[in-house]
Amino acid sequence: MEFDHILIRYGEMALKGKNIKQFINQLQHNVQQKTKEFPNVKVKRTQGRMFVLLNGHEPEPIMEKCKRIFGIQSLSLAIKVDNEVEKIKEAALYALTQADNAKKFKVTVKRINKDFDVRSQEMNQILGGHLLTNTEGITVDVHHPDVEVKVEIRKEATYITSSVVPGLGGLPVGTSGKSLLLLSGGIDSPVAGYLAMKRGVQIEAIHFHSPPYTSERAKQKVLDLAKQLAKFGKSIQVHIVPFTKLQQEIFREMPDAYAMTIMRRMMFRISEKVCENESILSLTTGENLGQVASQTMESMHTINEVTNYPIIRPLVTMDKQEVIEISHQIGTYETSILPFEDCCTIFVPKSPKTKPRRDKVKYYESTYDFSQSIQEAIDGIETIKITDKKAVDESFSNLL
Amino acid sequence: MIYLDNSATTKPDPSVLESFNQVSNQFFANPSSIHQFGGTAEKLLVTAKNQAADLLKVDKDEIIFTSGGTEGNNLAVKGIALEHQNRGKHIITSEIEHPSIYEACKSLEKLGFEITYLPVNEIGVVSVNDVKNAIREDTILISIMHVNNEIGTIQPVEEIAAIAKNHPKLFFHVDDVQGLGKVSLELMNSGIDLCTYSGHKIHGLKGTGMLYVNNRTKLFPLFHGGSQESSLRSGTENLAGIVSMVKALRLIKEKEKNNVQKIYEMQHYLMDELDKFDGVIINTPKKGAAPHIVNISVPGIKPEVIIHMLGEQNIFISTKSACSSKLKDESKVLAACGFEKGRTTSALRISLSYENSQEELQTFIVSLKKAINEFKKALE
Repeated sequence: MEFDHILIRYGEMALKGKNIKQFINQLQHNVQQKTKEFPNVKVKRTQGRMFVLLNGHEPEPIMEKCKRIFGIQSLSLAIKVDNEVEKIKEAALYALTQADNAKKFKVTVKRINKDFDVRSQEMNQILGGHLLTNTEGITVDVHHPDVEVKVEIRKEATYITSSVVPGLGGLPVGTSGKSLLLLSGGIDSPVAGYLAMKRGVQIEAIHFHSPPYTSERAKQKVLDLAKQLAKFGKSIQVHIVPFTKLQQEIFREMPDAYAMTIMRRMMFRISEKVCENESILSLTTGENLGQVASQTMESMHTINEVTNYPIIRPLVTMDKQEVIEISHQIGTYETSILPFEDCCTIFVPKSPKTKPRRDKVKYYESTYDFSQSIQEAIDGIETIKITDKKAVDESFSNLL
Repeated sequence: MIYLDNSATTKPDPSVLESFNQVSNQFFANPSSIHQFGGTAEKLLVTAKNQAADLLKVDKDEIIFTSGGTEGNNLAVKGIALEHQNRGKHIITSEIEHPSIYEACKSLEKLGFEITYLPVNEIGVVSVNDVKNAIREDTILISIMHVNNEIGTIQPVEEIAAIAKNHPKLFFHVDDVQGLGKVSLELMNSGIDLCTYSGHKIHGLKGTGMLYVNNRTKLFPLFHGGSQESSLRSGTENLAGIVSMVKALRLIKEKEKNNVQKIYEMQHYLMDELDKFDGVIINTPKKGAAPHIVNISVPGIKPEVIIHMLGEQNIFISTKSACSSKLKDESKVLAACGFEKGRTTSALRISLSYENSQEELQTFIVSLKKAINEFKKALE
């Protein structure tokens, strides 16, 4: 006997009124995509429930995949058996013995199929008795059980579960449109991307690359971060912008104190163009209020002037510690703290303006024509598709 | 040559050696160097770690590359002891552990730790109940091997892991140096917190190994320095060794999946033939043992003499484990099984690999018979 199903419960989505169908379809699609590498797995739906049929695959790796899909409230491993008392007894015992730290349990029987002869209450007692006589050191506690053995007698079969694993919540990626994430390689931007994805947003990423000031390893780091994010959603297009020339011009031609602000404005201008080309309707950044000198209200006001696209700033009110905690949870922290220079750290002016003004910036920008370099940067964009598949580097494959 | 001492070490696989050679030649940069060359080396290191994690079905952050079984065992035992001594100073282990566990525990006794050495039954198995009963408020570590290196018995580590799971304050370490590639052991969600592996027992190279440390487990490092291996094992990574070992791991896992039956059959053949010998006692149990070890006693003979007689014909087996062969007295493991002295001082170990063949074993059986007879004749 072994668990042959994963039961998926979706929470918030149940509240979504008329759109519910679209949300559930997307969730089913996402689960299918994430479990594609397991050839026999099937994803099915019956009234208000989604089941992953394992068909002989081991449950753990598939559970791990499902734990990273947004839109799932909780998951349980389930056993499907025929509607026969003896088979249900056997399966309930298996489910109980598989649960961690089972000291106190309760049995909950739901008889949805009223054709089943034994009534819920009676079934409860039969199963409770069976479990008690066939285990050691485990007692019944209906008020504070460690494990609840849930038995659902449905028309086609009976499903038995024992432990409930929380899912990530949120909405299925793909139900809230696309956004372009400004991905730097630091701690914040991957977390911002993750939180946008949590609300159902599909993200693409843009990264500004300034060789030789920034290295291939810095670029690889960004791709690694994108890969980590892709585990929570679909594949991610990463647009790598060659930024060296434009950046050099900014730092050469613009007043030192304003160079950082103007550089950020250029990034937004280029990002907006990418959005236009890719039919993306918003930008997402890891900006946060008051965290570093450039992230002030004044700075945001001045930089935001160059675009009227909505900018999603999921971290804007968070403390640094909260952001770091999330980055640990989602597995981006270790990569983020790798010590490579990125385009924001390489040309740091001695005293960047913490309260830049729109009128001044506008004036400085009018004194030099950046248009050609901007266009060159856009034309030179390299787009890389990142999936969460494990790509074995070709040059290493014979070594390993 | 007929090599039947695979529990002492194995012959490196040619393709593993080739990998070692290539990595040493082409990717000798320090993975911590920030230049492109170092970047490539680091990428190779990460790729190797990912592959090892996949093969062991664990998270990549849960693998620490080490120099081998002895280091892994020392890091696990001393690392837990030093890191968690404020929680308690009691450690549970068994009487039949490898010296790298046993002596590490002995050394901790000098630092004020209290060690419980659990006995084994007549086939060399620790009792799960004994483990349960030995757990105290101040127990911080249980360390039990998976497969015994001398007689090959499999310890009930999965059941012990289930018990350990119910005691969140202690950690459970498994020495799986002998089991890897022959007797499968799941780590994920098992209750096992630490697990030691060695490269040269699976046709990798000496000086390579891995320690699995699950995400909840904190260790005090033995080596401090440049913070390599998540700061648990500083020192420039032995990239060529690591890559070659991970390749060996992939190969042995494939063999385990497809060919483990072959070793079982060879073991059955050996046991059946040895059973027919007069005066030979088979110490390895017929059930509940790993497939690659057969331990026998021939009371009345000196095992070294048999080793040398076979050695003259290029057949290599061993007495007790190579690691404790320098100690003159009896086999500690067989003594722990409660056997009398004639049996514990006359033990021979035959240990197989996927490379051995039935024909080799036939030759060995003939030669062993001859050696024993000659020895007995000389005494008459």
